[in-house]
Amino acid sequence: MTALGFGFFYTCAAIAIAGAIATVAARNPIRGALGLMLMIVAVAGLFLALHAQFLAIIQLIVYAGAVVVLFLFVIMLLGPDASSSRDSRGQVTRAISGALFGAGSLGGLYLVVRPAWNHAMKLVPVDSAFGGVDAMGRALFGDYVVPFELSSALLMVAIVGAVAVARGRHQTDAKNLSKEAES
Amino acid sequence: MIPTEHYVALSAILFAIGGVGFLVRRNVISALMSIEIMLNAVNIALVAFNRAQPIAHTGQMFSFFLIAAEAAEVAVGLAIVISLFRIRRTVRTDDADLLKN
Repeated sequence: MTALGFGFFYTCAAIAIAGAIATVAARNPIRGALGLMLMIVAVAGLFLALHAQFLAIIQLIVYAGAVVVLFLFVIMLLGPDASSSRDSRGQVTRAISGALFGAGSLGGLYLVVRPAWNHAMKLVPVDSAFGGVDAMGRALFGDYVVPFELSSALLMVAIVGAVAVARGRHQTDAKNLSKEAES
Repeated sequence: MIPTEHYVALSAILFAIGGVGFLVRRNVISALMSIEIMLNAVNIALVAFNRAQPIAHTGQMFSFFLIAAEAAEVAVGLAIVISLFRIRRTVRTDDADLLKN
């Protein structure tokens, strides 16, 4: 059981890291989106291992089902222009800033993890209902009902805003308005 | 049982990859996908800490609301990408200098 758990964790972790690197390194955004999909599925597997079944399903539905598909839609809508051209303006600055951020965050990781490494936070056994739909539903509509309603308002505002931003100003609207003004 | 530190270390590695991608990539769509990677890394850390302290579902709830906020962010971000493409015919962050001068 333990060996199986370790194997599952390291497989999922390796897939997640590979997917993330593929996303970041891909020149073609469609490959990037597929790498993102790979990472999302691996993270859903990690959620399952962490006793968060509900979140694993939500991860698959919202990310793999909606977010990545939205990315793919936009990439295909933009067509070949969505790929980045080979242009090295400001490449040095970007490389330096990226290297600084990477080194800083990995250094921070080292500082945080090193003191804790030998005092492992023991994972206590939990009952099988933890993280399931029942328990999460009770928490969601009990203690967290106000943020839940607020998040629905946020999604509503985001949808309206996205439609308003993406639609743009149509020429026909302006023509119709000027015709109405003349008559 | 996998100790929590392993999950936190994985989360930090993914966050670093996403941050580097956001800073280095010039394609707006790739930058948005790097943000997704960073938020997923945060989700892993939240769920792992919740698993270590399973008194309530606080971490998983935070993760849930993070996913909701992220869906909204992607919708608005991609709408801005389409709008920028309509104006400038480009998806490069360098060319998005409409407010310059």
